Amino acid sequence: MSSRYDIEGLLARFLEGQTAAAARLITVLENGGEDAEKVLDAIFSRTGNAYRVGFTGPPGAGKSSLVSRLARRFRSEDAKIGIIAIDPTSPFSGGALLGDRIRMQSLFEDPGVFVRSLASRGSLGGISNCTDEVCDLMDAFGKDMILIETVGVGQSELEIAEKAHTVVVILVPESGDGIQAMKAGLMEIGDIFVMNKSDHSDAEVAAMEIEDSIKLKQVPEGGWRPLVVMTSAKEDRGIGDLAGLIRKHREYLEDNDLMRRKRKKILLSRVRNALMDRMERRLRGSEEVKRIVSGRMEEVYAGRLSPYRLVRELDGIVTIGRSAGPTHGE
Amino acid sequence: MARMIRVLVAKPGLDGHDRGAKVVANALKDAGMEVIYTGLHQTPEMIAESAVQEDVDIVGLSILSGAHMTMFPRVMELLKEKGAEHIVVFGGGIIPAEDVCRLEEMGVARIFGPGTDTGDIASFIKGSFPDTE
Repeated sequence: MSSRYDIEGLLARFLEGQTAAAARLITVLENGGEDAEKVLDAIFSRTGNAYRVGFTGPPGAGKSSLVSRLARRFRSEDAKIGIIAIDPTSPFSGGALLGDRIRMQSLFEDPGVFVRSLASRGSLGGISNCTDEVCDLMDAFGKDMILIETVGVGQSELEIAEKAHTVVVILVPESGDGIQAMKAGLMEIGDIFVMNKSDHSDAEVAAMEIEDSIKLKQVPEGGWRPLVVMTSAKEDRGIGDLAGLIRKHREYLEDNDLMRRKRKKILLSRVRNALMDRMERRLRGSEEVKRIVSGRMEEVYAGRLSPYRLVRELDGIVTIGRSAGPTHGE
Repeated sequence: MARMIRVLVAKPGLDGHDRGAKVVANALKDAGMEVIYTGLHQTPEMIAESAVQEDVDIVGLSILSGAHMTMFPRVMELLKEKGAEHIVVFGGGIIPAEDVCRLEEMGVARIFGPGTDTGDIASFIKGSFPDTE
C-alpha cells in the first residue's frame, strides 16, 4: 500500500516548527496504520516533556470555556499550550459536529496555542483512541502543557484517567443529586474537582457536598486527597485558584517520584495495547483462521460443537506471528 | 480505513445570523463528515488559523452581510500564507449572481445560494475528495 502522505517531508517541516505540518501529522495519526507508526517512531525520543491535564465532566458543565480561560492564564506565564478537544462521533452517520472551538475563540490568534478538535470515532471511553498519540505529537512540537477535554461524560467514560497526569472533574450546581450517582465513576478519578458556574446561588452548597464526599474517601498516608475549587468561567473567577491547584498536584507528583512512575505505567499499557492491536489485525487478516472457522461453523450451527471448543482448537492450530497469515510491509 | 472528510464551517464578520451555517454543519455531519463549527464573528485570521490547525480539507464561509468580496479573498490569501492553499474554499449566503462569478474566478470552489438542498452541498464536497471513498 503506497502512502497517501509524504511522511519524511512532513516530519522535516514539523521539526522546523511549521503548524500546518504538525496538523497534517495529527491527521496521519488519527488515520492509524503504518504511516502513523512511522511518525510515532520518529518523534518518540522527543516526547515526555509536556504536562498533560485532563478535563472531564457532564455535558454543559463548562469544560470548553474553562479550558479556554485556563489556557490564557498559562499563556500569561509564557507556557506553550496544546489543546485536544474531543467530541462524539455519531454512531449512525460516522460524522461528528466538533463545536468546542466556539468557546475558545479568544485563543485563535495566539500562535502559542494549538487547538485540535478530535472526533471520538467509535471509542467509548470519552476520548479518542489516538489521544496518547496526538499528545505525543504536541509534546514533540514543544508544547509545555497539553489540556485534554473529553466528550461530556457520565459514569463510565473514564479513560482520561490513564492519559493525564492531573484529572480535573468539572461539575455544576445542577449536577446535584447526580453527584450521588457519580460516586462510583467520575468521583473516583478526579485529582481536582471544580464547581463551575459559581455565580449560581446553590453553587456553594453543591461544592460543600462534594467536599463531604471526598472526606469519606480512603486516602493512604501521604497520598493525594482531591481538592475542590469554585470557578465561574463566564465571569472569569477562580481561574487562578484552579491553575494553582493544578500546579500543586504536579508538585505532589514530582515530589513523590510519581511522574516517572506514571509515565512508566502509561508506556507499559501502551505497549500492551499496541501489541493487542497488532495481534488482532493479524488474526483478522489470517486466511487460515477464516478457512478453519468457516469450515467448522456448520457443526456449531448444528449444536454439535460449542463456540469455545472451536476456539480452543484454533488456539492449538494458530500460532500468532508464525502462521497467522501475511503481515504488511515487513 | 477510509479517510474522513474534515470541514470547517465559519461565520466571518459581523452578521449575527448563523441558522444557515448550523443547518449546513448538521447536514454535513449527517452525511458522515467531521465538521468543525467555530461560532459567530470570526476574523479571516481566526478562520485561516483554525483551518490549518484542524487540517481540514475544505472551508465553508457563510456570509449574509455583504462583505463577501472582502472575506473570501482574504481567507484564501491567509491560507496561502500559512502554506495551506490546498484547502478548498466554498461558501453560501446572500450573494448576487455577478459576485458569484467573480468569486469563482478568484478560486472559490462553489457558492450555494438560498434554497439549496443540503444534500447537494454534501455531494459537492464528497465529489471534491474522491480519495475518501
